[in-house]
Amino acid sequence: MLGYVAVRLLSAIPVLGIVAVFVFFLLTMIPGDPAQVIAGDFASPEQVQQIRAALQLDRPLAERFVAWALRLASGDFGKSLFSGIPVAQLVGQRIEPTLMLATMTVCIAVAIAVPLGLVAAYKPGGWVARASMTVAVLGFSLPVFIVAYLLVYPFALGLRWFPVQGYVPLSQGLWACLHSLTLPALALSLLYIALIARVTRAAVLEVLREDYVRTAHAKGLAERRVLVRHVLRNAAVPVVTVVGIGFAALLGGVVVTETIFSIPGLGRLTADSILRRDYPVVQALILLFSTVYVVVNLGVDLIYAAIDPRIRY
Amino acid sequence: MAAPEASMSLANADTPVSVLAALRRRPLFLICVGIVAAFALLALVVPFLPVDPAVLNPLRRLRAPSMLEPFGTDHVGRSVLARTLWGTQISLGVGLAVAALTTLAGVSIGLLAGYIRALDMVLMRVMDAVMAVPAILLAIALVALIGAGPVVIVVAISMPEIPRMARTVRAGVLVLRELAFVEAATICGGRLSTILLRHILPSVAGPVLVQATYVFAAAMILEAILSFLGAGTPPDVASWGNMMAEGRQYLEIAPWILVFPAIALTILVLAINVIGDELRDMLDPESAR
Repeated sequence: MLGYVAVRLLSAIPVLGIVAVFVFFLLTMIPGDPAQVIAGDFASPEQVQQIRAALQLDRPLAERFVAWALRLASGDFGKSLFSGIPVAQLVGQRIEPTLMLATMTVCIAVAIAVPLGLVAAYKPGGWVARASMTVAVLGFSLPVFIVAYLLVYPFALGLRWFPVQGYVPLSQGLWACLHSLTLPALALSLLYIALIARVTRAAVLEVLREDYVRTAHAKGLAERRVLVRHVLRNAAVPVVTVVGIGFAALLGGVVVTETIFSIPGLGRLTADSILRRDYPVVQALILLFSTVYVVVNLGVDLIYAAIDPRIRY
Repeated sequence: MAAPEASMSLANADTPVSVLAALRRRPLFLICVGIVAAFALLALVVPFLPVDPAVLNPLRRLRAPSMLEPFGTDHVGRSVLARTLWGTQISLGVGLAVAALTTLAGVSIGLLAGYIRALDMVLMRVMDAVMAVPAILLAIALVALIGAGPVVIVVAISMPEIPRMARTVRAGVLVLRELAFVEAATICGGRLSTILLRHILPSVAGPVLVQATYVFAAAMILEAILSFLGAGTPPDVASWGNMMAEGRQYLEIAPWILVFPAIALTILVLAINVIGDELRDMLDPESAR
């Protein structure tokens, strides 16, 4: 087990290394003088010179890359070009809302999608099956901001159950925080629900044909027990896998959702920083998001063993 | 964005007769093909219609839908109907270009990675890395940094979709390369390009087609999201994403600015996704059920 974890951790390094190289060379893809482009049209020559010095653009490329990678390794992500605040500090301030939003979204999505997929497979012709497959195809067809407005219109503007936008920090109470995130989390979860429900249905259909399910029925187990203990548990591996893979879509959705709902999280910071060309912040955020994705999927691999005792590392 | 991954099956091509029979049993597929064809036709004829997306009419700003203006007018008095019609061109164009580029790049990478062992490790690690960056993030970063030209937008939207296509193709090639007919072609001294293109490619065409359909749909959504975030098509272009971004500020007083392009986008993407699902079920009866 420990050996397996070590191997997986090591195999994540080249992936993150490639992301880091890519993130670094994004800067070189800017046509013309990056310092001028980053500074914008109204910058004074001094400002341009400042940015050039901050990014060390006057040094050779290879030298810059090595210096950057070394600083990164020591945890120094540089300073924001926009505010001058160290990137690590800037990012640290924004983690809480995004963490809350992502956690809530995953919980909502799994809580809705797994039962939906299970019932859809169990009663193929039924209305739940049809409804869930409609939700699935809608989830892939609606951009997250349209889903957001479909929720905001009735529930925030009409019924006024939830705020139209804004975030209540955790320090003001868990309930208030969750309440302020309800609509964003619901909007964000639709695509995720679609992904998970689709895979759950396919996996459960597969398992339902297995002999051991028939045996379980034959020995007179209650229907519910068969479904949960025998079917769902055996269908869990692909479901958990898609929860991990879907995490990339979730993190991307965070950028849009936080912008629409004015949530001061990492997604909002990303969108703002990209539009401001705050290059060090963008670099750090892309690396952070990718690392989270890789770590989540590493975690998913380890969960396999817990779900399925046949999997041994 | 997150297009579902086409399942891998190497079903044989049906005879024409059974294809027709299968189509008749799938009215939903035909309806959706009809919807997409209608949009495509609109995109082609819109330059010849008496609708101008750029004409400003400050006296008739934010008018609700009426007989004269069926979709209403926006905040500078432009016709929402005209802009929605013109937006069809942008969305379909971007979708088509992205699907084509993704297919070309993904199929090439998938074929090479699946067939040439030495390349597999390197190519697939790069694909893993691209997949680890959220699609929206990758696309806005590319567009914002390089500048919003049509080529940049298409490349930026294609990049995150390529790994999934490559993986689909690679999975198929790994199965095929062990089969007798590929082995026979290799023994007969077939050139690498002949084996890959003539012998292997046709057998993975089904899953590639399905995946390309999903990419088509996902690309249109991503284009709208990019415009919506202000990192997409230049703001003066009448794309659905731009219209929705502008309409966002007037949501409470003039919802039609956002609603009509949203409906158009949803119907078109929905139709294409359903076509993808139906194609998958037709090409791979195992997964249909």
